[in-house]
Amino acid sequence: MTTTTAAADAAHIDYVLRLADSALILGQRLAEWCGHGPVIEEDIALTNTALDLVGQARLLLTHAGALEGRDRDEDALAFLRAEHDYRSLTICELPNEDFARTCLRNFLFAALQMQLWPALADSADAQLAAIAGKSIKETRYHLQHAADWTVRLGDGTDESHARMQRALETLWPYTAEFFSPTATDAQAQAAGVGPAWSSLAAGWEQAVLPVLEVATLKVPERTPFLSRGKEGRHSEHMGHLLAEMQYLQRAYPGAKW
Amino acid sequence: MSRSEWPLWEVFIRSKGGLDHKHCGSVHAPDAKMALQNARDVYTRRLEGVSIWVVRADQIHASDPGAKPELFDPAEDKIYRHPTFYTLPDEVNHM
Repeated sequence: MTTTTAAADAAHIDYVLRLADSALILGQRLAEWCGHGPVIEEDIALTNTALDLVGQARLLLTHAGALEGRDRDEDALAFLRAEHDYRSLTICELPNEDFARTCLRNFLFAALQMQLWPALADSADAQLAAIAGKSIKETRYHLQHAADWTVRLGDGTDESHARMQRALETLWPYTAEFFSPTATDAQAQAAGVGPAWSSLAAGWEQAVLPVLEVATLKVPERTPFLSRGKEGRHSEHMGHLLAEMQYLQRAYPGAKW
Repeated sequence: MSRSEWPLWEVFIRSKGGLDHKHCGSVHAPDAKMALQNARDVYTRRLEGVSIWVVRADQIHASDPGAKPELFDPAEDKIYRHPTFYTLPDEVNHM
């Protein structure tokens, strides 16, 4: 019985960390656009999205720290864990590459969050439900903005279409990870913490595919490729991202400003 | 694509219900929908507004700055046009 409870608690924390780390790592990636946007307006839009995601990550990490009960706050979890402790989806850590890939990733990820937040609204975890309720308004805007760009670039010039199609071919295989079943999902669903992400696949595709069609993009065939960032097995890009993100707290432990 | 290919849009923000939309700046955007989103991202980050209008800048017709003497100066000595001699009840805000 104790073992079962301990496993359920671990799955609960793992589930919250997956939400938190995905938002954190994508927020970090989007922050790289600050000062580099194609136009000032979009520079600010991407930075706003980054700040929203980091804000979601802060709430979720604080909550994960409380569930864990090991006296780790949001900063300790964000900046002082090792690479394999991060539960973020691999797609979040991939390099921005160009504006097309950045927009498309935001679209694919926001569409996933838009499946998650409503489902988490009646979570047995009241704090998680509250965070979901706050985040959904932000995500609705992220999704709209990214979808509008996906259509404009996909159905735009030859150059923008080619870049968008290339981005889709790169990113699409990584979306399989969104819905791959894990022990954490099964336990979180059984405990009423949140849905198994595999159950969100149909709703996500219904939201994503029509936009890709309007954008005149060709969706690649599914392959056996499966990334495993949510289980802590990350790509070669994660270490570089963390080295930069964690530098300050590693070099000046406990630094505050 | 160079940014000069995107038209300029003038942005008007209503800061709260009951107040007028006021001009607050401009954004570049490829179309009206993106202009609204850009205006939202640039000008309402700090709770500045509840409603946004955008208008293509080339659709606004402006008075000639050189015509200021005949347009505006004649009003200078018509003090009787100002309703400053009335006391307004407190309920009448934003006049």
